[in-house]
Amino acid sequence: MEDKLVIGGHSFNSRFILGSGKFSLEMTEKVIKNGGVEMATLALRRANVGGSENILDYMPEGITLLPNTSGARNADEAVRIARLARAVGCGDFVKIEVVHDSRYLLPDNYETVKATEILAKEGFIVMPYMYPDLNAARDMVNAGAAAVMPLAAPIGSNKGLSTRDFIKILVDEIDVPIIVDAGIGRPSQACEAMEMGVDAIMANTAVATASDVGLMASAFRLAIEAGRKAYLAGLGRVLEYKAEASSPLTGFLRD
Amino acid sequence: MLKVDRSFSHMEYVEGMEKTPHDIMDKVLSERAQYDYGKYTENDVKRALNKEFADVEDFKALLSPAAMPFLEDMAQKAKGITRRYFGNSVTLFTPLYIANYCENHCVYCGFNCYNKIKRAKLSMEEIERELKAIADTGLEDILILTGETRSKTSVEYIGEAVKLAAKYFRLVGIEVYPMNTDEYRYIHECGADYVCIYQETYNTDKYEELHLRGHKRIFPYRFNGQERAILGGMRLVSFASLLGLDDFRKDAFATGLHAYLIQKKYPHAEISFSPPRLRPIINDTSVNPNDVHEPQLLQVMTAYRIFMPFAGITISTRERAGFRDNVIGICATKMSAGVSTGVGGHIGEEKGDEQFDISDPRSVTEVHNAIEAHGGQPVYNDYVRV
Amino acid sequence: MLLNGERVRLDKEQSLYDFLRGLDYNIDRIAVELNYEIIPREKFREVVLTEADVMEVVTFMGGG
Repeated sequence: MEDKLVIGGHSFNSRFILGSGKFSLEMTEKVIKNGGVEMATLALRRANVGGSENILDYMPEGITLLPNTSGARNADEAVRIARLARAVGCGDFVKIEVVHDSRYLLPDNYETVKATEILAKEGFIVMPYMYPDLNAARDMVNAGAAAVMPLAAPIGSNKGLSTRDFIKILVDEIDVPIIVDAGIGRPSQACEAMEMGVDAIMANTAVATASDVGLMASAFRLAIEAGRKAYLAGLGRVLEYKAEASSPLTGFLRD
Repeated sequence: MLKVDRSFSHMEYVEGMEKTPHDIMDKVLSERAQYDYGKYTENDVKRALNKEFADVEDFKALLSPAAMPFLEDMAQKAKGITRRYFGNSVTLFTPLYIANYCENHCVYCGFNCYNKIKRAKLSMEEIERELKAIADTGLEDILILTGETRSKTSVEYIGEAVKLAAKYFRLVGIEVYPMNTDEYRYIHECGADYVCIYQETYNTDKYEELHLRGHKRIFPYRFNGQERAILGGMRLVSFASLLGLDDFRKDAFATGLHAYLIQKKYPHAEISFSPPRLRPIINDTSVNPNDVHEPQLLQVMTAYRIFMPFAGITISTRERAGFRDNVIGICATKMSAGVSTGVGGHIGEEKGDEQFDISDPRSVTEVHNAIEAHGGQPVYNDYVRV
Repeated sequence: MLLNGERVRLDKEQSLYDFLRGLDYNIDRIAVELNYEIIPREKFREVVLTEADVMEVVTFMGGG
């Protein structure tokens, strides 16, 4: 059976979403190829006067572009950025990112819900970056989110699955794809998240700051695939459930 | 007389019945149809028991015959979960039948409209006397029941009874015919906070055979009752199949999935299960629990607990005292005491005949003492209505 | 007029398209917001700029 990741009606074979920041433009293409990446994020910035090099020229054919709304401090700004991104003409996907905390860069779930609702109604395929809170995730799904992107740890921290238990709750309760975004520092952490049943991983800093960026991209691809396969295979028994010895509870039964 | 009233289809609404979306029903019915419990193995059961949180697949494994040899393990696991979420507390309540008129012909039920039993309906004065007598035993949680007929027991009649009950009890529930959302809202405003609806069986063909006459024949209207109750403002909804009517494993699975999907759609709703088995009724000895023996019943109850850790589980007086007292430590969180299933009967003679025979006739004090003897903490209510 | 927050002088009355081409923008890689309203690419030739305009020209760059 084919195991596809489906977001907003689009299917993907790869479960590795690449954040394209912090790479040289030449490296971007290599990382995408080595990582088997089919979706990559982009940020929107003011265009400098003059025909400078553009990242779109370095994106291989067939890559789905996921513009983000980084820089947005509230829902209105996120909506404005998303509309501009769509006007560049790279499809309907948008990753909503609303941050008005410059110390930890934690996403503002409340404003993100508002932006999700507006953009979903305008036909965007909305993928909100969020703090893994079940109520907020439900609100985002009800507002039309096509996936939710909970953070594993503060962005750029490479700390791994600090929010493990809360992401697991989202995996159990939320019916759209769960994509862990931010904080994944190494392939083993990506693998662990995938084993838990997360649908995809987004990584950027962990790849971009490796000594060999291309090699790290393939390491992530393999780790994400391994975790996915382990999840599909159903993890074997790890714990012994008879942890506490106790007297029989079922002696009272009659037929 | 045992004839199906085919003047209306059991899957179509009739006039006056509010229609709700069928998303949950379609899912439950198709999953029930596909549930092949024979395919689950010892390994599936062990894996389910090893997980911190069971998913739908694990729930299926735990309800399969392969889980029977692991009943002790299931009980141990269920006990741990129950303790974690409920501590030692066991809530006590009692049902009060205020009428036993019924327009339905449910072949297994003592109240069915063709069964020659003594019918009655309490007046408001009689209801208040019963309520006072029950409140004097110390109970603070009451379930008001009727047979299912709007003509003899109108929404207004039930609402008035609920208003009286709310004077004497902290928590009032109803187990009556399913209603529309606005009616549930009215009953909620009268003072009720929970609604019990037994789906009886989730096999729609069997459902049709068993419910020959009356509005209860309409399967989807009953199925969506809990959803309407929640939309009407009720806080707690209860789910049940009458185990033994049809394939009990499939029905237990459908019940759990129904509750799970309702909780998913309405995360604020409190969920509880009542896992009744068929009991003998007056005038028909063929009604019996079939293949649902105590071990199977315990399997279902522990599977509910493991699948839905937060859900309340009520243990019926249909079961004997020895069974009830033991399952409260394992998975049940609520039990009735001082029960009469006839109309009235808490003071003097019952005014109308019983719905079914009970197996545990103990008083509130006796049940209280039994809970304590099993290491539990009897609780009369844990609820402040706001 | 204001372009990306900086004051620029319009030498002559011209269309948005000509203005952008004059600055060497790759029309297919940008989006334009004129006076807080997004101008679809196919309208670039129709829109005539004035000194009072506030314009944002954006494009993509790498970013998570």
